[in-house]
Amino acid sequence: MLTVSKYVFLDLLKNRSILVYTLVLAVLSFTLLGLDGNSAKGLLSLLNITLLFVPVITTLFSAIYFFNSLEFIELLLSQPVKRTGILLSEYAGMALSLSAAFVAGVGVPLMILLPVGASFVLILCGVMLTFVFTSIGLLIFVLSRDKTRGIGAAIIVSLFFTLLFDGLMMAFIFAFSEYPIDKAVVAMIGLNPVDLARILMLLQLDVAVLMGYSGALFKEFLGSSSGSIFAVGCMLIWIVAPLLLALRIFKKKDL
Amino acid sequence: MIRIDKLTKSFGKFRALDGIGLTLEKGQAVSLLGPNGSGKTTLIKSILGLVIPEKGSITINGQLIRNHPSYRANIGYMPQIGRYPDNMTIDQVLHMIKDIRKEHTQYDEELYVSFGLDKIKHKKMRTLSGGTRQKVSACIAFLFSPDIYILDEPTAGLDPVANELLKDKIAAECARGKLVLITSHVLSDLDGLTSHIIYLQDGQLMFHESIGQLQERTGETKLNKIIANILKNADRKQICIS
Repeated sequence: MLTVSKYVFLDLLKNRSILVYTLVLAVLSFTLLGLDGNSAKGLLSLLNITLLFVPVITTLFSAIYFFNSLEFIELLLSQPVKRTGILLSEYAGMALSLSAAFVAGVGVPLMILLPVGASFVLILCGVMLTFVFTSIGLLIFVLSRDKTRGIGAAIIVSLFFTLLFDGLMMAFIFAFSEYPIDKAVVAMIGLNPVDLARILMLLQLDVAVLMGYSGALFKEFLGSSSGSIFAVGCMLIWIVAPLLLALRIFKKKDL
Repeated sequence: MIRIDKLTKSFGKFRALDGIGLTLEKGQAVSLLGPNGSGKTTLIKSILGLVIPEKGSITINGQLIRNHPSYRANIGYMPQIGRYPDNMTIDQVLHMIKDIRKEHTQYDEELYVSFGLDKIKHKKMRTLSGGTRQKVSACIAFLFSPDIYILDEPTAGLDPVANELLKDKIAAECARGKLVLITSHVLSDLDGLTSHIIYLQDGQLMFHESIGQLQERTGETKLNKIIANILKNADRKQICIS
């Protein structure tokens, strides 16, 4: 089934939006890393860019691409192939090409200007976020009946995870500040892949001041290493769960 | 070859197909007719397994189609609207389809050559006109010489030359004992090509008869006259009842 992935990947490499995405990331990376000598600061700025850009662009772009491929997917399904196989290979092609764009745009500048361990973690975070939000984009595609609603849902979902979720968490912490909610807060972080990526990165940089309340709690409860493992584990669940759900729904969907 | 039994499918409250029962045999060229929204495309997609029916069954060559993608090796499908990945070339699309069906190594590329697609095979799909994309879809449908052809509005958007080429190809395949199922609103295109007519309305089968029977019943020879005649009579009957 990798054949389909290969062609999707080749198609996407020539896609103009992907090229622009790579270019913007590369320009941002070079300027932020070259701006001042403080490497930690540069990495943090780059982290924030990653945490905002990757979810929004990935969810939107993948959902739009999947919707545009609907007729082609139908044509492929008129061949003697399984539905799950086609959807999985579309997913793989999409996630791999967006990851390639991220690695080219952020990874390469990092490797040139700042080849340290934390840089690797940032690249890993970006790639995992790409996979997570491609899964979510796929799920949105499978769930929505038409393109307009699907794109609307993609915008809302990506903004929910990048912006709204933190607000809700703040409200939660504020409202229940008199109760022992520490563990609940740690569990809540697991519900947001963007926060997981942030904490995974900050645990590496060891800048507890910048981690905020939830990050500090995270470190206190789980420590650096087990905290990292927990975060990576949660991210992997975030990749697999929406993907499996999408495959299940797609099996019975009317095209 | 294809047996459809009590096929029912609704989308929400809308009944797209309502207890359809049909048997299609080898060597037939069947035209699937009916107004917009009468369930033609839903019927085709049910046969292809793209739409999953609620009730009823579809049997192809004695095999129930549920959960067995292998039966589709026998079907060549040409969709109503062909949309392809923007940046792929015609060549790449055809290669991709061939790569999916590795076990199949003999290709029928007659249309590919006669449509002149071999001369523009490095053009990207994005830059092609609707008609040219339609030609690519036709090539893919005929590529593996299947036993059953399902063509959804094949001639819409084709230029007269390509139209004739495609019709000749369909006629030749029929003569070789293949089953062809065509939907079209251009009745004159189907004249001389079809052997049987299926007429759907509001998801129900109005009639399924051979051209000979219909000509006898209506006293007309041209397909559009036959259909017009039947619809007029059907209207009159309904008025009488009410």
